[in-house]
Amino acid sequence: MIDWAHAGPSLVAAFLASLVEFIEALTVVLAVGTVRGWRPALLGTALGLAVLFLLVVILGPALALIPLDVVQLVVGTLLLLFGLRWLRKAILRAAGVIALHDEAQAFAAETALLRQGAVIDRGWDKLAIAAAFKIVMLEGIEVVFIVIAIGAAGGLLVPASVGAVAALLVVVLLGVVLHRPLARIPENALKFAVGVLLCAFGAFWVGEGIGVAWPAADWSILALIAGFLAVALASVPLCRGAARPAAR
Amino acid sequence: MRWIVASLRELIGLFVDDGSLAVTALIWLAVCGLVLPPLGVAGAWLGVALFAGLAVILAENARRAARRQPPAA
Repeated sequence: MIDWAHAGPSLVAAFLASLVEFIEALTVVLAVGTVRGWRPALLGTALGLAVLFLLVVILGPALALIPLDVVQLVVGTLLLLFGLRWLRKAILRAAGVIALHDEAQAFAAETALLRQGAVIDRGWDKLAIAAAFKIVMLEGIEVVFIVIAIGAAGGLLVPASVGAVAALLVVVLLGVVLHRPLARIPENALKFAVGVLLCAFGAFWVGEGIGVAWPAADWSILALIAGFLAVALASVPLCRGAARPAAR
Repeated sequence: MRWIVASLRELIGLFVDDGSLAVTALIWLAVCGLVLPPLGVAGAWLGVALFAGLAVILAENARRAARRQPPAA
């Protein structure tokens, strides 16, 4: 029986992280559908989802064969590297050092690229299928990794998967209703939050793997979330100040 | 073959954006796992050291990156 109050942070972390990835995938799939037609866009998406499903079916049971402390250390390290990379970029974006990711701009760039592509073959549009397949695979692998990383080490794969599936449903629903990229989503704020969550989970699992005796056990994750959030928020004005002299 | 290399590069790119951030973080994890416990830093204090080191690494790396790049338009 899952203690949902205990599993809450895993569910929210998986939901937010997956939401960001699915929004990026939706932007490209919408671009493919708009320019090259919906059949190849949906076919490429379905192929990508099928390959991802196979990956999960093959890799999921294999994880159970590895000792838990090894899983915690390896998955925690990967999660930490993933989270630090994400949080660093979100800090630099919030500080105005690097440009914000703009889904409307990404959509325009992708549609322009697809228009330049090969002549549309209504029967079998390989370029369109490949574009949809590639983005679904790429973003999907990130989602699979996030779900495994957040859920596997603590036996919380079910709530993490529920979070990811909920994010997929939200994005698909919005995509069907809006038929345009989700440009109004505050993507950097989401990435900032997800980066904090991934760093906190990663540090926690690495700590478990190297023998840290966390006070209050799993509840230490909340303290780690608060700690990484404070560091990230403090870093934004510091980075803004550090970048200013270069602009003069 | 080119497809495999490109896929591997994309996979590594998931975890490593700035090489120095990844390398420094890995070194700190190794220090926390192998060096600090024999020196008597253990239990909850090892967790405090782990977090503090990662926090400093992240803040310093972001500040250094900001100094290298002019602000975006």
